[in-house]
Parts: sequence; C-alpha cells; structure tokens
Amino acid sequence: MSAVTATSNAPAEQAPVAEEKAGVWSYAKDYGRRLRGGELGSLPAVGGLVVLCLVFAIARPRFFTPINFANLLTQAAPLMMIAMGLVFVLLLGEIDLSAGFASGVCAAVLAKALAEWGMPWYVAILMAIATGIVIGAIIGFLVAKIGIPSFVVTLAGFLVFQGVVLTLLKEGTNISIRDTVILGIQKSTMSEAMGWAFAAIVILGYAAVQLYSLVNRRKRGLVTVPWQIVALRVGGLAALTIYAVDTLNVNRAVALGDLRGVPNVVPVIASILVIWTFVLRRTKFGRHIYAVGGNREAARRAGINVDLIRISAFVICSAMAAVGGIVAASEAASVDPNTGGSTVLLYAVGAAVIGGTSLFGGKGRVIDAVLGALVIAVIINGMGLVDWKAGVKFIITGGVLLLAAGVDALTRRRAAASR
Amino acid sequence: MGTPLLELRGINKSFGPVQVLRNVDFSVHPGEVTALVGDNGAGKSTLVKCIGGIYSTDSGEYLMDGKPVHVHSPRDAAHLGVEIVYQDLALCDNLDIVQNMFLGRERRSGIILDEPSMEELAAKTLAGLSVRTVKSVRQLVSSLSGGQRQTVAIAKAVLWNSKLVILDEPTAALGVAQTAQVLELVRRLADNGLAVVLISHNMNDVFAVSDRIAALYLGQMAAQVKTTDVTHAQVVELITSGRSGSLGLVEEGAVA
Ligand SMILES: Nc1ncnc2c1ncn2[C@@H]1O[C@H](COP(=O)(O)OP(=O)(O)O)[C@@H](O)[C@H]1O
Ligand SMILES: [Mg+2]
Repeated sequence: MSAVTATSNAPAEQAPVAEEKAGVWSYAKDYGRRLRGGELGSLPAVGGLVVLCLVFAIARPRFFTPINFANLLTQAAPLMMIAMGLVFVLLLGEIDLSAGFASGVCAAVLAKALAEWGMPWYVAILMAIATGIVIGAIIGFLVAKIGIPSFVVTLAGFLVFQGVVLTLLKEGTNISIRDTVILGIQKSTMSEAMGWAFAAIVILGYAAVQLYSLVNRRKRGLVTVPWQIVALRVGGLAALTIYAVDTLNVNRAVALGDLRGVPNVVPVIASILVIWTFVLRRTKFGRHIYAVGGNREAARRAGINVDLIRISAFVICSAMAAVGGIVAASEAASVDPNTGGSTVLLYAVGAAVIGGTSLFGGKGRVIDAVLGALVIAVIINGMGLVDWKAGVKFIITGGVLLLAAGVDALTRRRAAASR
Repeated sequence: MGTPLLELRGINKSFGPVQVLRNVDFSVHPGEVTALVGDNGAGKSTLVKCIGGIYSTDSGEYLMDGKPVHVHSPRDAAHLGVEIVYQDLALCDNLDIVQNMFLGRERRSGIILDEPSMEELAAKTLAGLSVRTVKSVRQLVSSLSGGQRQTVAIAKAVLWNSKLVILDEPTAALGVAQTAQVLELVRRLADNGLAVVLISHNMNDVFAVSDRIAALYLGQMAAQVKTTDVTHAQVVELITSGRSGSLGLVEEGAVA
C-alpha cells in the first residue's frame, strides 16, 4: 500500500460513491442525463425496430405472421454474424471492407471441403473458420505492423477475395451444399420442448447474472442498479423470449405438412452473442480493445500490447465473417461467386452502426450488431412484402445507414461539447 | 535532513549533437513538493523522462534511498515506485474512472475482471486524497472537467505503491478554481509522505505549494533552494539568466 491509500480512513471512505443513492428515480435521472450527453445505447435501434414493425404490420398484415417472423430471423442471421465480428474492428476505429467477400471465400472453402474433398461437416466448418483466421491475421499484420490504413488494406482485400472466390469456384460455377447438418443450421428447427428449454436457459441465465452482480455489489457496499430496474430487465427479456418461442412453436407450414419450432440458428446466435459479450465486458482483453479504441497512446503507456490487440480484432472479425459465410451457405443451400458480395458488407457495417456502434472507435457492443441486423432485415423483408422495387429498397436502406452514421457523428459532437 | 528519496548526480543527456542536460544534480525528499522550473526548452520534460526510464542517460548516477539503481525502462521506474503524470494526460475518454485507474494492471479473479474490488480500491484511493469532486467512480472520463481529469490521472499514479510522483505542468490548462483544487491535491500527496515533483511555469503555484525549488537553465541546474529562502524575483532571474546574486551558475559565459 502506498502511503496515501494507507492513510485513508473511515469518514472519507465512501465519499465518491455515497452521493448516489440506489433508487429508481435517481437511476432514471441518471439515465436521462446520459441520453442527453449522447450515450444513446440501444434506444435508436429498439425504437426503430418497434416503429418499423408497426408500420409494416399495418401496411401488410402478413408481416406479423409466424412464418414471416421465422424468415426474418434466418434472413438476418448471416448479417448478424458478420456484423458481430465487425464490432471488434469498429471499436478500434478501424474498418474491414473485405469482411463480405472474406465470408464468401470461407463459404467457398466450406463448399469445396464438403463437395470435392469429401470432408465431414465439422472438419469443413473448422477449415472455413481457419481460413477466416488466416485472412484476419494477414489483414491485422498489414495494418498493425506495416502501418497501411485498414481502409486501404481491406479495400484491396475486397477485390482480392472476390477474385479468390471466383478462382475457387472455377470462374463461376456454383457448388450445392447437401450436408444435412450444414443445411440444418438455417433450414431445421428445434423441437417445441427444446425451444422452451432454450427459453428457460436464456431467462434464468440472464436473471442469475443480474442477481449475482446485484447481491455481490450490495454485500460490498457498492452502488447498485435499483432492484426494480433489474426486475424490469429480466421481466422484459422473459416476456420477449416467451413470446418469440411461443410464436415460433406454432405450425407455420404454408401448405400441407408441419413446420414449427425455433430455427437452429437462433441458439447459435445467442451463444456467440453471449461469448463475445463476455469477452468484451468481462475480460482484460476486452477492456484493452476499448482502451486502444479510445486512446491508443494511453493504452501503449499503460503497457498494453497495442499491435497484438489490433491484430486480434481483425482475426475475430474475419473468423466471424467465416461463420457468416457458413450460415449464408446454409441459407442458400449453395455457394456461388456472389456469396458475401453485393450488399452484404454494407448491410453488416450498417447493422453495427444502426445498433449503436460508433465508426469513430471506442464505443460499441456485440448486441448492437444483432439489433442493427434485425432492423435491416425488417426493412428488407417489409419492403419486399410491400412490393417495392429493388431500387427503392437500396435507396431507403442507404438512407437508414446514413441516418445512423449521422446520429453517431452528432452524439459524438454532443458528448465532446457537454464536457 | 535525511537522505533524499531520489538523488541524481552529474546527469548528462544528448540527442545527437544537442546536449540537452549538462551535469545535472537533482534531489527530491519524501514528504516534500519540489518544484522544477525553467524556461521552455530548458530540459524539464527531458529530465523527467530520464527519471521515468523513457530516456536513458548518457552518464551520471541515479540513487534511490541512497542506493545506486539502474533505470532503463518505464517498468524499472514503476518498480522503484516512480510514477509520472504526463502533460497530455493519457486517459481513455470512453472508459470510466475505475477502468482508467487500473488500465493495464487490471485485477482479475480467474479470467474475469474483478470489478467490485477495483471499484472499491479506486474509491478508497480517491477518498484517501479527499477528492470529493467526482460524483461516481463509474462516470466516463469524457464527462469530467479538466481538473477532474487531472485528479484522476494523479489518483492513478498514487494507486501503485508509488513513492515519487512527478507531475508535468498539471495546471497548465486549468482555470483558477480547478488549479486550486489540483494544487491542494499535490500538497496532500506530500503531506501523506510521498515525494512530489511539480513542473510549473506559474510562480504563484510554485510558491503556493512547494518546499524546494530547482531551476533549470539551458540544461544546467542553476540552483536548488528552499522556497522560503528566495523571492519571486530571484526565481524569475534564475529561470531567465541562470543566476541571481550569489545564487546560480558561475562563469556560465565561459562555457558557451
Ligand atoms: N526527442 C528529442 N530529440 C531531440 N531533441 C529533443 C528531444 N526532446 C527534447 N529535445 C530538445 O531538448 C530541449 C529540452 O526540451 P524539453 O525537455 O522538452 O524542455 P522543457 O520541458 O523544459 O520545455 C529542447 O531544446 C528540445 O528541442
Ligand atoms: Mg515540457
């Protein structure tokens, strides 16, 4: 103990924390202050989601059917995967423009491993993800060690990987996916009972984490979130989860037959979301990602290996692009030269930004990618139902992305000004 | 007068052909604030970086508690209990106070960050410094005023068993009230038994808090005196011409 901390004694002990009493009112006031200070969190994405769903539900009642709900989830899934990886790169204030075609390359590796090299599904998946890791390591090396701006490296990657996909697919043939496990990611569902078990795990797991933190902090005399707020959070998640599982457990087959249950990809997304959220919020590595994104020089002086952190972020991003490629291959039941191309990258970056991840670095969460991808999926899906032309869809989606980036830039200015 | 905590003898430092520090002697005592003054370019920051292990010296002795030591990296300095608060604060705006104070030295249980114990210790350190201006230790640093940021940077430096805290122009960018707060904090560090070096341009600040004044003039230590033994005017003379009456460099013209 230094002389200073040793001499700190009873009366002054709680000075910096004691002022803020745990209470719903002061919590709400504090939340309001953070909002005005530009810390909007998930509010724009959730708000946008609610408004969009209402608009489309009124315009096309078909929007609110179980089958469309399931479609929405599976359509959003590849985007969510890629966007979750992009969050890591965006947190550093970098960009990965190659993530879309990187997912295409990895999907092509998957397809070839299954169809041409006769690999079992798990080996094919490992090969696809390993490809992503190698791609990320190369990009990260060029950015962190050589010092080429990530914008340029990944713009080159955008072209190179497009070429790699074409080459792997022999100038444009497409490879069908027949493996039932891979197809099952998007096409099969969990049994009703499994769906409910999944819901129980989600709700109880979240409640346990929240309660543990509440009790543990109380015991140490630290300021806690009011229990009413914790109850509200847990209750809200429980209501949403139960409603979703209940809806998905209804038979949604269009004609004959029986199609029901939560799509398999949902628990996969949930697990990945939990893992990356844990890494970012609860580990030293995650803390250092935020630090490097916030102030690289401060991170360096604090003894953080900045280069390693930057390379790791690109590796995670490309590995998640691989996962996105696998899910996309499952969705399309094939891989073609356009897998991961066209709007995929733009939508993935858009998802992260719409969700609330900043393009300026230092601010963002993995859940942003999931919420933002849902917003984009709702827009695309809804506009499809309203029968708008492709051109209009692009214009509107581009506009939404611009809007989100504008909100990002403005809240940043606001945070700087409110100091 | 006991042995100084830090004593430098005959330090020389050149950048290529430019000799920035010439034969500098410098000593710092525990429980005292030593003000390091000098004109722009006199070599104050360079001297501090030599103490902090960021630059290595060309020649000279470095003693801690009377014992010779070798400092080749910031880590060596940290091991000796030397912490530096740099001119540009090096805080992460997007992290909160606790996260900044423990940056790079996070406490963990298993692989999980031990947030409660870091929060407790951060709050305790701030309380020990009688810092009451921050509302919550979970506030983002971006929401703090300049004085509060300086406070956090200083608290970060004293968190680590430090014996010597060096502050490079901590009040340069602050208003009157915030300057007073930071100076009060600087004084309290010394009263708590730490050795403190304060670099400052402001004579009022220097005379308000320091016990000793060391004046650098063109890379040479012009004089190191007790604050009570000198006047404002004398110190200004030492800074601008390297000498004042019987104090300061003799025959300094002969060298140049
Ligand atoms: N890394 C460096 N390389 C070359 N010259 C330097 C370097 N750092 C400082 N100097 C020179 O050393 C002299 C002292 O600088 P500095 O220690 O920053 O002065 P002060 O902090 O007292 O204003 C200046 O003339 C400056 O140009
Ligand atoms: Mg300086």
